[in-house]
Amino acid sequence: MTANWQGNGGLVAATVLGLVLLLALPQIVDPVMMIELTSYVIMAILALSLGLIWGYGGILCFGQSAFFGIGAYAYAIAVINFGDSTVPLLLSIVVPGLFAALLGYFLFYARITDVYFGVITLTVTLILYKVMGATSGSQYVIGAAPLGGYNGIPAVPPLNFPGRPDVALSFDGLFYLSGLTLLAVYVGLRLMLKSRFGQVVVAIRENERRAELLGYDARFYKLATFTIGGAIAGLAGCLFANWGMFISPDVFGLAQSAQVIIWVIVGGTGTLLGPIVGCFAIQWIATKLGAQQLLNANLVLGTILIGFVLLVPKGVVPTVGDAFRRLKFRPYVAPLVEQRRVP
Amino acid sequence: MSSSDCILETRGLEKRFGGVVAIASVDFNLKQRELRCLIGPNGAGKSTFFKMLTAQLKPTTGQILFDGVDITRAQPHQVSRLGIGIKNQVPDVFNNLTVAENISVAARSRHGKARAAAKGKDVMERLGLTSLTGRLVGELAHGQRQWVELAMVVALEPKLILLDEPAAGMTADETNKTAELIREVNKSAAIVVVEHDMQFIKQIAQTVTVFHQGRVLIEDTMDKVQGNELVREVYLGKSEDD
Amino acid sequence: MDLLVVLSFEALKAVASLALISVGLAIIFGMMRVINLAHGEFLMLGGYAAIVATKAGINIWIATLLVSPLVVGLIGVVIERTIIRFLYGRPRDTMLATWGLSLLLVGLATTVFGNTTEGISAPAGSLQIGDYRIAAYSLIIIVIAIAVFAAIWAVFRFTRYGLIARSTMQNADMAAALGVNPSRVYAVTFGVGAGLAGLAGGVMAPITGIVPTIGAAYVAKAFITVIGGGPAILAGTVSASVMFGAIDQIITYLSTPVIGEVALLVAAVVLLRFMPQGITGRFFRRAA
Repeated sequence: MTANWQGNGGLVAATVLGLVLLLALPQIVDPVMMIELTSYVIMAILALSLGLIWGYGGILCFGQSAFFGIGAYAYAIAVINFGDSTVPLLLSIVVPGLFAALLGYFLFYARITDVYFGVITLTVTLILYKVMGATSGSQYVIGAAPLGGYNGIPAVPPLNFPGRPDVALSFDGLFYLSGLTLLAVYVGLRLMLKSRFGQVVVAIRENERRAELLGYDARFYKLATFTIGGAIAGLAGCLFANWGMFISPDVFGLAQSAQVIIWVIVGGTGTLLGPIVGCFAIQWIATKLGAQQLLNANLVLGTILIGFVLLVPKGVVPTVGDAFRRLKFRPYVAPLVEQRRVP
Repeated sequence: MSSSDCILETRGLEKRFGGVVAIASVDFNLKQRELRCLIGPNGAGKSTFFKMLTAQLKPTTGQILFDGVDITRAQPHQVSRLGIGIKNQVPDVFNNLTVAENISVAARSRHGKARAAAKGKDVMERLGLTSLTGRLVGELAHGQRQWVELAMVVALEPKLILLDEPAAGMTADETNKTAELIREVNKSAAIVVVEHDMQFIKQIAQTVTVFHQGRVLIEDTMDKVQGNELVREVYLGKSEDD
Repeated sequence: MDLLVVLSFEALKAVASLALISVGLAIIFGMMRVINLAHGEFLMLGGYAAIVATKAGINIWIATLLVSPLVVGLIGVVIERTIIRFLYGRPRDTMLATWGLSLLLVGLATTVFGNTTEGISAPAGSLQIGDYRIAAYSLIIIVIAIAVFAAIWAVFRFTRYGLIARSTMQNADMAAALGVNPSRVYAVTFGVGAGLAGLAGGVMAPITGIVPTIGAAYVAKAFITVIGGGPAILAGTVSASVMFGAIDQIITYLSTPVIGEVALLVAAVVLLRFMPQGITGRFFRRAA
C-alpha cells in the first residue's frame, strides 16, 4: 500500500510541477524563445511515443517519424477540406494508429527479429519521404488540398474550438495545448504502465517466451503497444503542423528519424522522463548549431549518437538515477515504470 | 481411444532437426492428476518433448491431445490458457522485475485483480518467498530463481504441470521442500517431472517413463525400471559411474 | 521485338544495380547479423573517391574499380577497429552506432565537399537496338555485377578466408574454438563489405551524381533486398535482386520509379509475413 501511495504521490508531484512550468514559462521566457519552446514540447510528445514502444515495449522502431508525418499530413489534408478542425484532429490520431496496426500486424505476426523490424520501419519512412516528394504535380490533390511534393503543404489552418472554425487557436494557445497534451500523455502512459496491460508489456520485453508460456499473446501486446505509440506520434504530428502552419516530406527524412532515436537514447530507454529530457537537450543543441556555420549539425548529432552508444548506453536519466541511488547507501528496489533499460 | 480419464495423449509424435531425429514416434499417455517422472540420458529428447507439448517447437509429424483438444498446431499462449504450465530447465523468469511482479504477471494471466493478488500471496507464502517480494529476480540466487519460476507456474493453476529439472542446483533441504510442494500441487493437477536426481525421483515417483534416443524405452514403476537391464545399460549404470 | 529486348535489358540492369548496391550490406549482414545503417554513406564515399580521383587525373576505370573500393574498404577497417568491435554481441547497439556513423559521415562530407551535386560523365556512349537507344554504361554495370558475384563465389569456394568466413557464419563460437580469431574475421569482413559498397558507389556515380545525402536514396532498396534475401550472402542477394529488381522494373514501367519502390517495400513486408527469415532462410538453408 505504501509503495502504491508513493508511486501515485510521485505522479501527482510530476503533474503539479508540469502545470507550474506550463503556466510560468510564458511569463519568464521571451516570445521568440517561446516559439522554439513550443516545438520542443511537441517533439517531446513524439519522443514519449518512442519511449513507450522502444523503452517499454522493447520494439526497435527506427521509423517513428513515419507516424508523426502521417499524422501531420492527415491533419493538414483533412482540415483544408473540412474547415472545422475537430475531425481532422481525430484523423491525425486514427490514421497513423491504423497504419501502425497494419504494418505491425505483418511484422509482429511474422515474428521477425529486431534487426529486421528496425530496418523495415526505417525503410517505411524513407519511402514515404520519396512518395510525398513525388506529389508535386497539379494532379496530386486530395479534395481541396494540393500535396505539393517536396515543397509541402503551406498555410495549414490552425486548430479551432470544436465546431467553431472562426475561433482559432492562437500561438500562445498552441503552447498551452501542447504542454497539456505532453502532460496528459505522460500521466496516461504512467498509469497505463501500472495497469495489467503495462505489466504484461514490460514482462514481454523482459522475456517474451516466458510471457507466452504464461498465456499472453506477445504478438497482440506488441501490436497494441506499437499502435498506441503510432497514434501518439500522429497527435504530435498534428500539433507540429499547427506550429509551422506548414508540412513537408522532411518530417519523413532520415534526419528526423535519427533525431527521435537520439532523444530517447540520450535521455534513456526504459524511462518516460528520459525521452522528454533528451528531446529538450538535443533540440536546444540543434537550435544552437543551426545558428552557427562552423560545425555541421549532422556531424555533431552523429558523434553524440556514437558516443552515447559506446559510453553511456543507459542514457542520462537512468545513469543519474543509478548514481543518486548509490549515494543513498541503501538497497533500492526500482518501481516497475521507471529506471529499466532495454537489454 | 482417449478416455475422459486421460489428460494428455501424444500419437506418433516425431521431431526431426534436419537429418537428426530428436523424438521418434512417441505415444505417451497421462491420466488426470497423475504424477509421472521422465528420465533418460542427455540427448534422449526429454526437453524437446516438453517443448513440443508447450508449442515452443512444432512437431514434424504426430498429434498432441490435451484434455480432448488437439493442440498440435497451437500457439504457446493458447496452450498455456488451456491449462499447461511449464518450468523450463534454466530459470526462465523476468530478471528485471521484482519477485512480486513476476508472480503477479503469472497470476493475472488467469485471474481477476483481487483473486490474483490472493493467489500470488498464497503461493509466495507456500514457497517461502514472502521475504523476497521486493527484490529483483535477477539479483537472486539460482535456487531462489527456480522457486520464483515454480511459484509462477503454480499461480497459473494449470491442469498439467511440466517440470524440467526442478531440483537442479538445489540443496538437499530445498530438494525435499520441492518434493513436498510437488505432492501437494499434485492433488489438483497432473505433473510430469524430468529429473536426473534418482533420490528425488524415488521421493515422488509413481510411474517412470524412460526416454532413450528419442523413443520410449520402458514405462513402469520405479522399482521395476531400476531393475531393468536395458535401462541400467543406457542410463542408470552410466549415471552411477559419474 | 526490339522493345522486348530493350525492356529485358533494362530489367537486367535493374537487377544488376540492385545486386551491386546490396552486396556489401549483405556480406556484413550475413557474417555479423547486423544491418550496417551507414551503408548508404559508404556508397556515397565511394562516389566521392571516384570523383576526386578522376579530377586528380586518374583514369576513370581505375578510379571507380580500384580507388573507390580500396579507399572505402580501408575506411571500413578503421571504423570496425575504432567503433564496431566494442559492440559485438549487441546487435541493437551496433545498428545504432552505424546510424550515428551515417550522420557523422554525411556531416563530414558536407563540410568537406559542400552541399552541391558533383558528377563525372559516363565513360561510354550508347548502343542502337532497332529504333531504340540504350546506354552502353548499363551493359558495363551488368558485366561488373556478374564479375563481382563470380569473384565472391570463388573466394568463398576456393580460399582459406572463404572457408573461415563460411564457418564463422555458420557458428561463430565453433569457429573460435577451432582457432579462428572471429574478431579478425569480422574486421576483414567489415572492410570487404565497405569496399564493395565503395565499388558500387563508384560505379553508380556517373549515373546518379553525388551529394552528401545520396546514401538515403540508395539504402531503402538495399535494405529491402538484403532483408528479403535473408542471411545467405550470395543466394540471398541474387534471388532477392532478381525478384525485387523485376518487381521494381515492371511497376516502374507501368507507373513511376517511386511507386516501384513502394511496391518493393510492400512485396518485402508481405514476403516476410510468410518467410520471416527471408527467401534463403526458407529455401537455401545450407547455401553460403
